[in-house]
Amino acid sequence: MTGSLESRVLALLTEVAPDVDAALVLPDVDFREQFDFDSMDVYNFAVAIHRALGIDVPERDYRELSSLSRCVAYLERARIARTSSSST
Amino acid sequence: MSEARTTTTYREALREALRAALRADERVFLMGEDVGRYGGSFAVSKGLLAEFGEERVRDTPLSESAFVGAGIGAALGGLRPIVEIMTCNFSLLALDQILNNAATLCHMSGGQFPVPLVIRMSTGAGRQLAAQHSHSFEGWYAHIPGLRILAPATLADARGMLGSALHCPDPVLIFEHIALLTLEGELAAEAGDVDIRHAAVRRTGRDITVVTYGASLHKCLEAASELGREGIELEVIDLRTLRPLDDETIMGSVRRTHRLLVVDEGWRSGSLAAEVGMRAVEQAFFELDAPIARVCTEEVPVPYPRHLEDAALPSVARIAAEARRLVSRVP
Amino acid sequence: MSRELRLPSLGADMDAGTLVEWRVRPGSRVRKGEVMALVETDKGIIDLECFEDSTVERLLVEPGTRVAVGTALALLAGEAAPATQVGSGAEVTAPAVRASPAARVRARVLGVALEGLAGTGLGGAVTLEDVERVARTAAAVPVAGKAAGLRAAIAAAMSRSKREIPHYYVQLTIDFGPAAAWLGAYNAHRPPLERLLPAVLLLKATATAAREFPAFNGFYTAQGFESAAVVNLGVAIALRGGGVVAPALLDADRKPLAQLMPELQGLVERARRGHLRSGEAASATLTVTSLGEEGADAVLPVIHPPQVAMIGFGSVLERPWVVDGRIEVRPVLGASLAADHRVTDGRQGAQFLARIRDGLSKPEAL
Repeated sequence: MTGSLESRVLALLTEVAPDVDAALVLPDVDFREQFDFDSMDVYNFAVAIHRALGIDVPERDYRELSSLSRCVAYLERARIARTSSSST
Repeated sequence: MSEARTTTTYREALREALRAALRADERVFLMGEDVGRYGGSFAVSKGLLAEFGEERVRDTPLSESAFVGAGIGAALGGLRPIVEIMTCNFSLLALDQILNNAATLCHMSGGQFPVPLVIRMSTGAGRQLAAQHSHSFEGWYAHIPGLRILAPATLADARGMLGSALHCPDPVLIFEHIALLTLEGELAAEAGDVDIRHAAVRRTGRDITVVTYGASLHKCLEAASELGREGIELEVIDLRTLRPLDDETIMGSVRRTHRLLVVDEGWRSGSLAAEVGMRAVEQAFFELDAPIARVCTEEVPVPYPRHLEDAALPSVARIAAEARRLVSRVP
Repeated sequence: MSRELRLPSLGADMDAGTLVEWRVRPGSRVRKGEVMALVETDKGIIDLECFEDSTVERLLVEPGTRVAVGTALALLAGEAAPATQVGSGAEVTAPAVRASPAARVRARVLGVALEGLAGTGLGGAVTLEDVERVARTAAAVPVAGKAAGLRAAIAAAMSRSKREIPHYYVQLTIDFGPAAAWLGAYNAHRPPLERLLPAVLLLKATATAAREFPAFNGFYTAQGFESAAVVNLGVAIALRGGGVVAPALLDADRKPLAQLMPELQGLVERARRGHLRSGEAASATLTVTSLGEEGADAVLPVIHPPQVAMIGFGSVLERPWVVDGRIEVRPVLGASLAADHRVTDGRQGAQFLARIRDGLSKPEAL
């Protein structure tokens, strides 16, 4: 499950920043350090996540989108939270 | 393998060319003012009358139009006439024959009547012959389609161009520079016909292409030696054939050096130098790294006094100064 | 009534471009703003837009051809007289660089910008040797082809700026508290797509102030300064892997924030794809640079000629701030102005910055 979420996130990442090579992304290093990510990239990334995964990341949580592993962990939690809230 | 060489002069080489042509082909004959008994105004044909007789070396009346016209007729009739005109200013008296008959008949007859005529004339200044006998009209003639214009600047070309011209089906005008007649040097004993289609690179160099012809060639080579000691390398091209121009050799050089200096004893306005420069703009514009420059004769009737004549003509000093300017750098 | 579509100067440092592709054919009807052709420049591929409704009569230049600025590219038929883009930089042509033809060709091949090069040839012309010397120096720093061209273009424009423009600087620290609070509230109940970035507030505040201070908004040319009728706000956009371009948000002072945000997003995307539109590539009348995310306190910008001013914003940082005689922790922002002393003085500069501050203090009015 995590694997498929990770590959989807990577796909969104390369959509936002076409010059990023998905195979070379270091999971624990900040996107900002790796690819000069800036606030516009984070904005685009959040928009893409909302569109593709249906997860609305509030602005105060944007820092959770700063690296691949952090992002995947955050989205995993968000998905579980959503599933459990909808099942009750 | 050592070639047998003889020491000779430009004048002797011209004479040797005439002698060889008269020997090689019965149809060849020489005519002009004083070419027989007097031996030619510049002594080029001295001795040929005795050797070949009055049929083959013919003195003519003082009428350029008549004897050039006769030459055209003889060429049309199957002979191979060599017409000598004393100096190129006198050729103007035969201009109608040259321009309207010699140059046109082959074309107007759909190739039926080629005019294999050779006209030799002296050209150039530098011998204190004053304004009426110091012209360089080869550039004018190079304007005319239907003619081939040659300008021998070396002993080998003085010796070889006539024979090649006689093999050419078109009228050929050979401009022999009076300042070169006494030029001395070595020539291969078996020297003969030369290529008359291509320019020759007389000295290679990477900094400036210098295009010239005739007597100016030697001034350019002298300037090139002088500048070589300063580390400026001139590539000196001798046009040899002024019409048709060998664009390929000129542009090939300009593409290497990216700079062009044209040295021409004609007056600057509307000169052959202008034509060469314009062709470089048309064909090698994007190769040029400096403005094209020219050294030509000052736009005055060529003066008689020695110091004024020298000042009017292209000189080694002017050529060298212009070349230095082209490669100069502002700090 | 046919007229010519000419290659506009898409930057003060551009004197030629390569026509990459035609997007229209003879007979095509094109509307104002429609893309007619793609042109490659140092800033990447630029979409050449039609300046008014017309019909294409004839295409004059083949794809792949390198042409000088001002060259007629196509013949158009239409009603009105040839229009120039109002207030755009397109009609501001760079002063001719004196360079030999061979040097120009070599510069193109090597990706060297001629603008700003010191020529050592006759009449001070840039020669082959000058270009090759610069290329050798540039080659010492390994930069990829495109990036080298862009780097050279930046070098030329900035060198010209520092050579010609007497810069002066004014700085002001701004309390960003009100703006941050307003922005937080605005974004909180909106989906990601509709949220605003702080940059949009900074741009809008600057554009609004520029309308009131026309002496900072316009071009300085050989004829002197002329203020622009519109505010086309240049945005310095850093490219990944180095380099910066500053295309314009057109009429930034007149557009609501909700419209500026997607326009900014599109501008950044096109800039990073190397695919700007001709109307935005060189029409900036005033430029903003924001280094906020790098943690810098402030930035002292270099004006992009022929503009006469540039606004720089540093990071929003929490700092002690005196409010009513007490010290509070507030998010503050270092704003700076670099301006052309030939046109304005420090006092006006300070007033201009203060006006931007006032705008940010009432974000709801932006």
